[in-house]
Amino acid sequence: MAAPPGEPRRVAYLYLLPAFAVYAVFLLYPIGRAVQISLYDWDGLSLGTWAGLDNYVAVVADEGLRAAFAHALVLIVFYAAGPLVIGLALAAILNHAKVRGLGFFRTVVFLPQVIAMVVVAVAWRRVYAPDGSLNSLLGALGLDSLTRGWLGDYTFALPAVGVVGTWFETGLVTVLLLAGMSRIPASLYEAARLDGAGAVREFFAVTLPSVRAEIAVALTLTVIAALRTFDLVYVTTRGGPGDSTSVPSYEVYHRAFGLGQVGSAAAIGVTLTVVIFVLSFGINRFADRRLT
Amino acid sequence: MTPHKRQPHEAGAPALTGRRRLGALMAAGVVAVCTAVFAAACAPGSSAPPPSSPRASATAVRTDAAALGNVTLTVWDQEVRGGQAAQMEKLNAAFQAKYPNIKLNRVSRSFDDLNTTLRLALSGNKPPDVVEANNGRSAMGAFVKAGQLRPLDAYAEAYGWKERYPESVLRYSRYSADGKLFGEGNLYGLPQVGEVVGLFYNAARLKALGLEPPETWAEFEAALDKAKTAGEVPLQFGNLDKWPAVHVFGTVQGRSVPPDQIGTLAFGRKGASWNTPENVRAAEQLASWVGKGYFAKGFNGQGYDAAWQAFGKGQGVFLIAGTWLLADLQKALGADLGFMLPPGATAGAAPVATGGTGLPFAITAKSPHPDAAAAYIDFITDAEAMKVLTETGNLPVADTAAQTVAEGPQKDVFTAFGTVTGKDGLVPYLDYATPTFADTLGAALQDLLAGKAAPREFLATLEKDYKTFAESNG
Repeated sequence: MAAPPGEPRRVAYLYLLPAFAVYAVFLLYPIGRAVQISLYDWDGLSLGTWAGLDNYVAVVADEGLRAAFAHALVLIVFYAAGPLVIGLALAAILNHAKVRGLGFFRTVVFLPQVIAMVVVAVAWRRVYAPDGSLNSLLGALGLDSLTRGWLGDYTFALPAVGVVGTWFETGLVTVLLLAGMSRIPASLYEAARLDGAGAVREFFAVTLPSVRAEIAVALTLTVIAALRTFDLVYVTTRGGPGDSTSVPSYEVYHRAFGLGQVGSAAAIGVTLTVVIFVLSFGINRFADRRLT
Repeated sequence: MTPHKRQPHEAGAPALTGRRRLGALMAAGVVAVCTAVFAAACAPGSSAPPPSSPRASATAVRTDAAALGNVTLTVWDQEVRGGQAAQMEKLNAAFQAKYPNIKLNRVSRSFDDLNTTLRLALSGNKPPDVVEANNGRSAMGAFVKAGQLRPLDAYAEAYGWKERYPESVLRYSRYSADGKLFGEGNLYGLPQVGEVVGLFYNAARLKALGLEPPETWAEFEAALDKAKTAGEVPLQFGNLDKWPAVHVFGTVQGRSVPPDQIGTLAFGRKGASWNTPENVRAAEQLASWVGKGYFAKGFNGQGYDAAWQAFGKGQGVFLIAGTWLLADLQKALGADLGFMLPPGATAGAAPVATGGTGLPFAITAKSPHPDAAAAYIDFITDAEAMKVLTETGNLPVADTAAQTVAEGPQKDVFTAFGTVTGKDGLVPYLDYATPTFADTLGAALQDLLAGKAAPREFLATLEKDYKTFAESNG
């Protein structure tokens, strides 16, 4: 035993093996299989025929599929950017004002996260219905001209779906940021105040830089959530009206189980995985660099 | 790769840091797993049986179920709700009582769940024996093409199913052996219930407007107009789920386009076109209804269920929908509910209505007990079974005229179905046409109704999907 204690030894890999085996069986194998299927033209039943990169070419060439990816990018604004702005404001206020019963407010903002997305979607479907509560509210405010079937409106369907995402993700982001802010030493604020900084200045000079890591985590989580949106679209609009709210994950499901185009579905899934990987990698690289 | 045995701490190893070595090992693992994947599994679906193995005719058909010995049949159905579940339970109990040697193992799932799981179940080594498979190309058609369903013609002969069912009903379960032709060829299943899309109306509302149920299409439009003027919702409608407009359009189309043309289009055969003056007229008429305010407000943003429930609450004079809503609407509206076939150009015109059958029961190709499975299917669709279906509030697909039901909406529905099947006036659902047509048509109709697409653009979208499929399908 020449190696000093703590030095990695070959035998250590044996300890990794069980975990790796599980990882391989449940993750690497399915990924490899998905990549393989994406290279075939397969209906899920009979023998598949080799299609090469045709399915991937279709992802780029098919106008409808391009639109689906574009919709997912729009949803990032609602799922990630919106909650981040609102969450920063909310957390700053809650943290700064030292609100009484902070735990209660924290629970309230976090509550949407606890509810299953399908339930959320069913509830919002009612809110957006032509005779739903949103239209009733507008009517009561004398804004009858604005009422419409929100999820069936070509201009408003995608934003309407997005707003549900904002509502859903804001709580998570707020709680994350709140945790980050509570770690900021009070001395930093005192120093800032001595330098004559107001609340706004204080926020940008002290609070914001201190929670950069939390922002990165929040963005990673919400961007991924935006890109893999499925249940919300499936329950509220099924991609409609027309194709104005279709998203990649819905297309994966729809093609694989509805239309029997499993190869095409796998290609979309693999593409989506790559997009998600690149984006979350980018976010984390960005956050890392700014931290050091 | 290295032939010699490596020593645990051989020199050279420290050149790699622990982390990098771990990375290298992981990478090697990934490569190994991936190669294993590609080496072990050939093309996806390679375990599937060779397409269309015609086995049924080879073996002699045995119809004496009691003499088949001890058999367990696994049955997958989607009869999960209300009267549907009740009839299935009754019939299964009766079957078990009659044939104690055949044990039923019933697996019941909702329509959506059945549709999404059947594909995987059928490609397994031990699929269920009897399954309810949706008629369309993306389900039954694909299963036939993959050789996973057994042609039932020998059983149809032995049990006399062709006398039991009109051909206009049987054709919904017919495919050619290669799955390419829909509507003719081998028989792959038998349905229990019938469906027809027609006009539900609120008799009380109609009366308040001083109107009778319309006898011609022009009278129907006039009634819609009068309802609009009186401030009522003329036609209750919710199209958020994309597909409901398919039934409304199908009904409008049936007034302008000859039924045989609709049949060709809907079965995805070559030889018809969406770009015809008749189809243009149908699309224009439907689009004009939006402008005239015949539909409920915000219909593209209203759910299907919410819409018919609103009709059930008395909002709306008419509702274009299928007979499957009968039980629920009758519960809500009682004697105020009426049902009729869509009226024709003249009062005596031959009836044309979108419709067909419930999901047919089919036998899987790998089932080791096809005779018992056929006996079961025969049992749940015979004359006695049709009576049970009627008692439990369903619309039996055969012997409809022979059933006795009380006056009222259920009688209306039975009469309508009897009339339209008797005169061969059922036209298939338009979304049968191609594997992707449900989607194409649903989205295109939302575009048309929202004014995003002109009638001709709308038809061009449909034509593209239909032509592409019909050409490639040979």
